Amino acid sequence: MTETTATTQPLRIAERTFESRLIMGTGGAPSLEILREALTASGTRLTTVAMRRVATGTRGSILDLLTELKIEILPNTAGCLTAGDAVLTARLAREALGTSWVKLEVIADEHTLLPDPIELVDAARTLVDDGFTVLPYTNDDPVLARKLEDVGCAAVMPLGSPIGSGLGIRNPHNIELMVAAAGVPVILDAGIGSASDAALAMELGCAGVLLASAVTRAQRPALMAAAMRDAVAAGYASREAGRIPRRRFALASSPSRDESPLF
Amino acid sequence: MITVFVNGNAVTVPEGRLLSELVDAHTTSRSGVAVAVDGEVVPRTAWSGHPLAEGAKIEILTAVQGG
Repeated sequence: MTETTATTQPLRIAERTFESRLIMGTGGAPSLEILREALTASGTRLTTVAMRRVATGTRGSILDLLTELKIEILPNTAGCLTAGDAVLTARLAREALGTSWVKLEVIADEHTLLPDPIELVDAARTLVDDGFTVLPYTNDDPVLARKLEDVGCAAVMPLGSPIGSGLGIRNPHNIELMVAAAGVPVILDAGIGSASDAALAMELGCAGVLLASAVTRAQRPALMAAAMRDAVAAGYASREAGRIPRRRFALASSPSRDESPLF
Repeated sequence: MITVFVNGNAVTVPEGRLLSELVDAHTTSRSGVAVAVDGEVVPRTAWSGHPLAEGAKIEILTAVQGG
């Protein structure tokens, strides 16, 4: 591995490592075949699924797909409005899928899909005590992130902007504050619209990016998935490389004229 | 006959009906499925030894695309 190769170190969460820093969601894909192409192009090694009441004739096709692609399954508690609902959903996911990892979502309402911070911390504490590896979807609030880390969460996953909005990272400063203070990985989760948003998340110091809609609802999902894969890698390398300081005035990149014999 | 609630819907079943039989009637898939009765997870291995009680609230969940 040389300096000129943008080598992305594996993402480390709890005791596990993942070769990709891009975590994918599966919601919003028009078909399983398109989802398969997108997941493959993204290079992701960890991907979320939701838990829902069975419909008659329900088949485990999304699970079959992830198993076939050898992608780790991360169940979420999407749609839960209380800590109690989220805890039960996580326990059902553990029983159904045989994993004690959970992307914990406790939303305040269906309109904003913003996290309910009080229910979120409550649920996180209960699930950590119950042996779960908890990855909470949270607001872009550095204080809340600290509380979640304090109760034992294995990562914190702040939104850049509301789920599915594609508005990017509305408060980059708060994300930087979270990264600076956190002892666990900070994973930008929600709001990513395009590749530049994903690259920015990594440049801000995030350990990874979780996205779904930006890919699954793109005009060409597999192409956007490849763009996200490259953006996460580029953003990571850019952060590692150490950017130049921002300056108020120009700084010539050529030697000054005084040193030139021609003038 | 007794009445139980499956995923929010009232269902009439014979007395002594087992949870395993109820799950079989609602989904053909056994992998990726989990069941809670009255807010508590019932492990798969316990389904066939779990007779349904009058008024029980049963949730049968599976993984779907999402997140």
